[in-house]
Amino acid sequence: MTLRDVINKLLGLQPASANTARQRLQLVLAHDRSDLNPELLQQMRREILEVVSRYVEIDMEEGDVTLETEDRVTALVANLPIRRAKVPFPPIESAFQTKLSS
Amino acid sequence: MTAPSTRYILICSGKGGVGKTTLTANLGIALAKQGVRTAVLDADFGLRNLDLLLGLENRIIYTAQEVLSESCRLEQALVKHKQEPNLALLPAGNPRMLEWLQPEDMKKIAALLGDQFDFVLIDAPAGVEGGFKNAMAAAREAIVVTTPEVSAVRDADRVIGLLNSEGVKPIQLVLNRVRPKMMANQEMLAVSDVTDILALPLLGLVLEDEQVIVSTNRGEPLTLNGNGSPAARAYSNVARRLLGENVPLIDPSKERQGFRATIGRLMQTKIF
Repeated sequence: MTLRDVINKLLGLQPASANTARQRLQLVLAHDRSDLNPELLQQMRREILEVVSRYVEIDMEEGDVTLETEDRVTALVANLPIRRAKVPFPPIESAFQTKLSS
Repeated sequence: MTAPSTRYILICSGKGGVGKTTLTANLGIALAKQGVRTAVLDADFGLRNLDLLLGLENRIIYTAQEVLSESCRLEQALVKHKQEPNLALLPAGNPRMLEWLQPEDMKKIAALLGDQFDFVLIDAPAGVEGGFKNAMAAAREAIVVTTPEVSAVRDADRVIGLLNSEGVKPIQLVLNRVRPKMMANQEMLAVSDVTDILALPLLGLVLEDEQVIVSTNRGEPLTLNGNGSPAARAYSNVARRLLGENVPLIDPSKERQGFRATIGRLMQTKIF
């Protein structure tokens, strides 16, 4: 954040447009580069949360799975705050069976 | 197949109108001035304009089409620049060539040019389709031209992806039509924003310059007659960097002086 951004924020003005441009570009390029459409990403997000929540209790409200890109490398970044671990862990066989039966 | 010592450089952008052809023309002249035998190849068969920017449109007799069909020799099709005899243009053929032109054809042309020239600059068409892929086939390295606008940067990113997958390297960036005042006000993407996002080394930085339009009106690239204007200096510097010379890049924020410029720089201070 630059000095101008701070002043704009204090005065309740819109942030400088270069900032907006950069953020919009970073987002759109992450999607362009990974060739993932938002729907697919949403589905992946749901499934990741589902798998993780089998093992630990996560804060669904705070959790976030996004695409980030740096140096032309796109990374899937999951930020999942853990409330507490679930004990006992579900036996691996049962997880396997759920998958088979579904 | 292509000559090993010749440098085949694709000049591309994805988006149209960002300055590919202007860069090709100016770079061609600037390299020729340095004593380098340079060919500029117009690979934009659909919408050719390189002849016009170089002021050679009335001297075209044969084109790449006749060379490929072997109805003329390469020497007959090449249009030599009068003031800079080190520079020659191979004009694009008829737009109907697009129906049958293949990447192999472009490689063939490149190989022919390699016998006579040290540098071959290939002016790519806009877009990422067949025409661009044909042009890319003739290149070993690339210069991506972009402006500090979201659409141009996004399209440049697509092109860089294609160049990477074809193993074209090095890929270098020319940032065109930079407006220092808008950058200072943070109403234009900063130079570092563009280079960070595209992750390419910066080969040149060209300020917005009205003289570019004047020069295209006349068909005389800015680099032809001295280095008076900012854009002419920038293009000449790109040529010198391509030849391995270490020429420092200009700093857009230093281009402006006075109280308002100082305030502008102060406003860009990163707080956190």
